[in-house]
Amino acid sequence: MLGYLFRRLVYVIPVGLGVSLICFLLVHIAPGDPLVAVMPIDATAEQEAEMRAEYGFDKPLPVQFGIWLGNALQGDLGKSIATGRPVAREVGRAVGNTLLLAAAASLIGFPLGLLFGFMAGYLNNTVWDRLVTAVAIGGVSTPNYWLGMVLVIIFSVTLGWLPSMGAGPGGSSDWSWDWAHMKHLVLPAITLAVVPMGIVMRTTRALVADILDQDFVQALVAKGMTRRGVLAHVARNAAPTALSVIGLQLGYLLGGSILIETVFNWPGSGYLLSVAILQRDLPMLQGTILVLAMFFVALNLLVDLAQSFIDPRIKRA
Amino acid sequence: MRMTRLKRNFVALTAALTLGALPALAQGTLRVGMTASDIPLTTGQTDQGGEGMRFIGYTVYDALINWDLTSADKPSVLIPGLAEEWSVDPEDQTKWTFKIREGVKFHDGSEFDAEAAVWNFDKLLDNESEQYDPRQSAQGKSRIPAVTSYTAIDKYTLEITTGTPDATLPYQLAWILMSSPAQWEALEKDWEQVAASPSGTGPWMLESFVPRERAELVPFADHWDATRVPKLEKMVLIPLPEPNARSAALLSGQVDWIEAPAPDVIPALEGNGFEIVSNTLPHNWTWHLSRVEGSPWNDINVRKAANLAIDREGMKTLLGGLMVPAEGFLPPGSAWFGTPDFEVKYDPEAAKALLAESGHGPDNPLQVKAMISPSGSGQMLPLPMNEYVQQNLAEVGIEVEFIVVEWNTMINIWRAGAADESSQGAHSINFTYFIQDPFTGLIRHLSCDLIAPNGTNWGHYCDPEMEELFQKIRTTFDPEEQTKVLQETHEKFVNEALFLMVTHDVAPRAMSPKVKGFVQAQNWYQNFGTVTMED
Repeated sequence: MLGYLFRRLVYVIPVGLGVSLICFLLVHIAPGDPLVAVMPIDATAEQEAEMRAEYGFDKPLPVQFGIWLGNALQGDLGKSIATGRPVAREVGRAVGNTLLLAAAASLIGFPLGLLFGFMAGYLNNTVWDRLVTAVAIGGVSTPNYWLGMVLVIIFSVTLGWLPSMGAGPGGSSDWSWDWAHMKHLVLPAITLAVVPMGIVMRTTRALVADILDQDFVQALVAKGMTRRGVLAHVARNAAPTALSVIGLQLGYLLGGSILIETVFNWPGSGYLLSVAILQRDLPMLQGTILVLAMFFVALNLLVDLAQSFIDPRIKRA
Repeated sequence: MRMTRLKRNFVALTAALTLGALPALAQGTLRVGMTASDIPLTTGQTDQGGEGMRFIGYTVYDALINWDLTSADKPSVLIPGLAEEWSVDPEDQTKWTFKIREGVKFHDGSEFDAEAAVWNFDKLLDNESEQYDPRQSAQGKSRIPAVTSYTAIDKYTLEITTGTPDATLPYQLAWILMSSPAQWEALEKDWEQVAASPSGTGPWMLESFVPRERAELVPFADHWDATRVPKLEKMVLIPLPEPNARSAALLSGQVDWIEAPAPDVIPALEGNGFEIVSNTLPHNWTWHLSRVEGSPWNDINVRKAANLAIDREGMKTLLGGLMVPAEGFLPPGSAWFGTPDFEVKYDPEAAKALLAESGHGPDNPLQVKAMISPSGSGQMLPLPMNEYVQQNLAEVGIEVEFIVVEWNTMINIWRAGAADESSQGAHSINFTYFIQDPFTGLIRHLSCDLIAPNGTNWGHYCDPEMEELFQKIRTTFDPEEQTKVLQETHEKFVNEALFLMVTHDVAPRAMSPKVKGFVQAQNWYQNFGTVTMED
């Protein structure tokens, strides 16, 4: 197990480097000028050149990448062009908010997805199965920003039960575990949970139905094992794949929430990314993408390790 | 001496009655949903364009010369700000003297004087100075191209020298906001720290702010201009860049005021009792025409025909009434409008006749390429509006092919100019313009020495007569005479149909019925001093 852990950790280094390079280059080759955020619209060419030199954009790309990576390895992601504030601090705050939102969405989406998926797989080809399948397909197919707006119209605008924006009263993001703050989490978390819930539901359903058809399950039933015992075997066999899907969906929850955070003005990394894109704030874009990508890499690593813990055959493969 | 209980009660009762009889000085909290995605730069010279100046600029700070924001009925004019009066030396028209207003305090208690003004110019223009701030300089330097030097003659007298005589200097100075040298000193000469605790002389003090989430402003009761002293207890600014999120926040009572509601949401807002406030804004929505060799817009008949082909009333319906149909480059009612001979109106038959004179018509349509963006700051609703223009032009015999580029890319192309490869042979670029002062409103678009990439004359227009008019604007120091020259200039803009003049924005904002007392000035900036919140 330790050897496997070491190998997986070593693999993270080239992946991390590749991710850093892609983050850096993708942002640079996108159209538009990184100085748009700090330049008045009618800045002269001379002023533009002056600013370009000031921010180091006049240097060759490899040099810029070297400087950026060197600083990033020391935890310095530079300063935002748009605000002058340190990127690492801004990203840290935003990622904290996104993690909170993702955790809430996970608490809603994954248990429900697993529960109903398991139920549908076990009750294969019944009305319950078809109902769960319909809900799952609906969840996966519904554009979540649209769903977000519908929830806002119903629960914020019409009923006035829940707030439609921000992470706390008056737009504050100083989180505390009281209802005044938690109610801001409800609508974005439900909206964010719908897609992963649908995916987990469908995957679990298919897995459970498939495992129930396998010979070893039939043999266990024939040997007179209790229903609970059989289900425990099914669950253990379905767990690695379900975990893998959940791991991928966690990545989605962290990085794929741009639209939802924008709709709900939730001050997380998705919202930060959308603002950085609007402002063409290169350091902020690069820093946010890098941090999210590294989270994704770390999540994959954790999922791999968890899978191998549950199913020892995996590390031998 | 100890008071008896009776006496104490009497004093308390008297105090309560007295206080009750006084007018309420501070009334409620106003929460504003801005279109900006972040809190504008707080150190003095703001970013985020007109909205930055509106909410953090002219609230926390003052300029030497301010805009009069007290009237909704007439275009705003310049009025004394931190300078009580100013004059140009009749012998040497490059020398200006400004009499600084005495007794004006920054929020930190230090006094504003001529030295503080010099310090502020250094912060923008002198990159050798300790207080030079590249971020503020980027926003302010290009606004004061005329200024070459400045000096404090005495505590309350400032002298500014311009490179050449330039009567537009007062307009330029209205862009420059004065921050406190004492606060910068106190905060370790670090602009980042100043950003968190800024100090200006404006009627509002920035109490706190959380990046991208909110800024809280409280009144500065000692402000020198009684018309701008806030009646509110607090104003909270919340960045809400997504239009639906803004509307939902207003409808659900989380904010009291939103900037720029989407036109299709306005009926729902009005139906729910919210008020839509709008007024003429010195802002236009045009096609800036290319005048490089070979451009079809070099033909005046074509330019006039296009201007006559646009059904502006139809477009107004499309926009839910939220526009002022263009009658020229400047809004109708502008003091500088003049009396042009060419009437900008919808007359497709006249347009066809003009095109026929130039050899074009339905059988031989004129082909033009137009560069547009799908969105952008101040661009209103560029896609449906441009499609509407395309349809109108097609009806008279001008076929338009769109080149659609992302807004930030378009800014770069606009800076590069019509002759640059990046313009992809476009014959026009759809750009909206801030037209509040003579330089940014008129001169910068058509001046020969500002032909892109040296400046913002995208179309490469250059005309000796126009140059002469621009020179007259700069050298006419008497305000009334200058107005006449500006009128003459605008007449030439219209008579020669130098732009495709389509519409002016009206700066709509939606607000809760609780918001009272707002007077929407015909200006990019507004006075929040008169606003109160009803219980």
